[in-house]
Amino acid sequence: MQLWLIPALPLAGFLINGIFGRRFSKAIINAVAIGSVLIAFAWALKTVLALGEAPTFEHYFDWIVAGGFRVGCDFAVDRLTAVMLLVVTGVGSLIHIYSISYMEHDHGYYRFFAYLNLFMFFMLTLVLAANYLVLFVGWEGVGLCSYLLIGFWFHKTSATNAGNKAFIVNRIGDYGFSLAMLMIVVNFGSLDFRTVFGAASKPEGMLTPIAMLLLVGACGKSAQFPLYVWLPDAMEGPTPVSALIHAATMVTAGVYVVARSFPIYIHAPAALERVAVIGLFTAAFAATIGLAQNDIKKVFAYSTVSQLGYMFLGLGTGAFSSGIYHLMTHAFFKALLFLGAGSVIHALSGEQDMRNMGGLRKKIPVTFWTLMCAALAISGVPPLAGFFSKDAILLAAYHHAPWMYWVGTITAGMTAFYVFRAMFMTFFGEYRGHEHPHESPAVITVPLAILAVLSVIGGFIKIPVWLDKFFPAAEAPEEFSLVVISVAAGLIGIALAYVMYIAKPGLADSVSSGFGWLYRVVYNKYFVDEIYNAAVVKPLVAGSRVVLWRGVDAGLIDGMANGIGSRSQGFGSVLRLLQSGNIRSYATWVLFGSVILVVALGLVGAAR
Amino acid sequence: MNGVPLTWYLILSAVLFSLGIAGFLFRKNVITVFMSIELMLNAVNLTFVAFSYQLKQVNGHLFAFFVMVVAAAEAAVGLAIILTVFKNRSTLNIDEVNSMKN
Repeated sequence: MQLWLIPALPLAGFLINGIFGRRFSKAIINAVAIGSVLIAFAWALKTVLALGEAPTFEHYFDWIVAGGFRVGCDFAVDRLTAVMLLVVTGVGSLIHIYSISYMEHDHGYYRFFAYLNLFMFFMLTLVLAANYLVLFVGWEGVGLCSYLLIGFWFHKTSATNAGNKAFIVNRIGDYGFSLAMLMIVVNFGSLDFRTVFGAASKPEGMLTPIAMLLLVGACGKSAQFPLYVWLPDAMEGPTPVSALIHAATMVTAGVYVVARSFPIYIHAPAALERVAVIGLFTAAFAATIGLAQNDIKKVFAYSTVSQLGYMFLGLGTGAFSSGIYHLMTHAFFKALLFLGAGSVIHALSGEQDMRNMGGLRKKIPVTFWTLMCAALAISGVPPLAGFFSKDAILLAAYHHAPWMYWVGTITAGMTAFYVFRAMFMTFFGEYRGHEHPHESPAVITVPLAILAVLSVIGGFIKIPVWLDKFFPAAEAPEEFSLVVISVAAGLIGIALAYVMYIAKPGLADSVSSGFGWLYRVVYNKYFVDEIYNAAVVKPLVAGSRVVLWRGVDAGLIDGMANGIGSRSQGFGSVLRLLQSGNIRSYATWVLFGSVILVVALGLVGAAR
Repeated sequence: MNGVPLTWYLILSAVLFSLGIAGFLFRKNVITVFMSIELMLNAVNLTFVAFSYQLKQVNGHLFAFFVMVVAAAEAAVGLAIILTVFKNRSTLNIDEVNSMKN
């Protein structure tokens, strides 16, 4: 099947553009970058179409061989990978095309496309990997690309800081992931998915720790509480990056890993419960923050965190296929939301604050209508994509624990509210800005339109049916009343947003001032960044400065090196006095030494 | 064995050696120092020969000849150096010949 071609193509694109891109014209850069991704998409499509029930496995070479332990460079495609492959290459291709126009005037044009291609390479390696170590290569690689692309405009301090933050917070998750891998090696003697999952029921007590550590990794990558803080800041990167990496693909890697490791999680119910609780909490928590943000990208960023929480909720309640279902539909509508937001920002020459927008409906109609599709889809309005997947998750949550369903439904209402709040603030009412908005060119609107179509009909791509035999069946009979309630929650959210931001424009302000302190807490994102700063960053910096720098480095290490130097200098200055250059004083010493020697020998002889 | 006992030879040798050391360390005249070295060498020679005689082995004699040869060579070179030093410096005081120092 030549699976290696799929990641190899973007890698080739990265190498060509990365090395020679500076001298290429934009047309050549586009051809290389987008061509490679499109061919990869075509190849992935061909692979998936040829795929039956049984997974395809390809072994290329032995990477690590140590005694009985071996790790091969292996790729495999099964039905789960197939979904990811198509989402990554498909949405990825659209975003590549979109970037042609979005990045048009950027000096780092070739660099941007080189990074994007590199990201595609690592992401495809991640989803194609047939063992944990190859997966980890992709995992770290996408983290690197995320860092590079968040800090793409590196002359902005905030962008480089955001890149650092993403990288450092992810390190915590990666640490958990590496520990999980080590424990898998110890308990299973292999990192190969088939071997590990084949024996997943054996090591009784160790599965829960392994699953928990994997969850730590997934929380870092997929921006779950408490490691979600990096994702909102990651919006400092160019908008296509936010759409591709921080909405559609990379952040779903954590969801993918948990879904991929489902045989482990099934035998570790405690960990699975944790997945559900963290997911639900993150979904609700991030949704409340999203209610009060004014930066259009920040709203969608918290929305992403929240929707990822939904996916975790789906996985945690045993409805793995629903989680993946939502992963796919979310990739469509969230990529669309971000690209649409990018189009708005583009139209307003870089304005991101929704308070300076408004009334754009007439001025940029294509962007408006496509974004409307995404907004309706994320709000769970039937029969759009978000409705099916969100509903499947909420249903599973209800059968797991009814309270989870209710929290999830309220979150759905909040989601609808803040998305439509953003829509109304951006597209309705009077225009409050100063720029002259202009509709984006076709390279931007065509990807938007394609994604809009996918957001509308994506729900009919029945992922749960496709993954029917792959995951253990979750018994969740359809219940019409529950569906009605969750849809109603979404509609109420939309209606509320309409009332507050269109019908009675003053209402929003009076509500926010009515709940003054509550509004401030939410507006400031629960002060989580400040708490982390005070609880983790400051002590760490202070500890590094006082203990590690002043104490260990300057005191101990420098002290040791300097001490040895000055001691030997002092010792030498004493010994130097012996070197008088006077032969007879040397002779005295010789005599002295021989006398001591003779006396010592005499004593030894006497002792015998 | 009749005659002079070994101990006496050794004592004589030790006395001569000590005199040599004392001369080497405390005298200032280069020639005296030089003669003190010769004295020490010969004290050692005496020990060798005495032991050789006592133990009925020829090794000691061989060493004694060795030492004599070395002493002769040393005397030749040493006296040549002393002569040159005296020509250049007009002194035989060992403490004044210190141009290598500093």
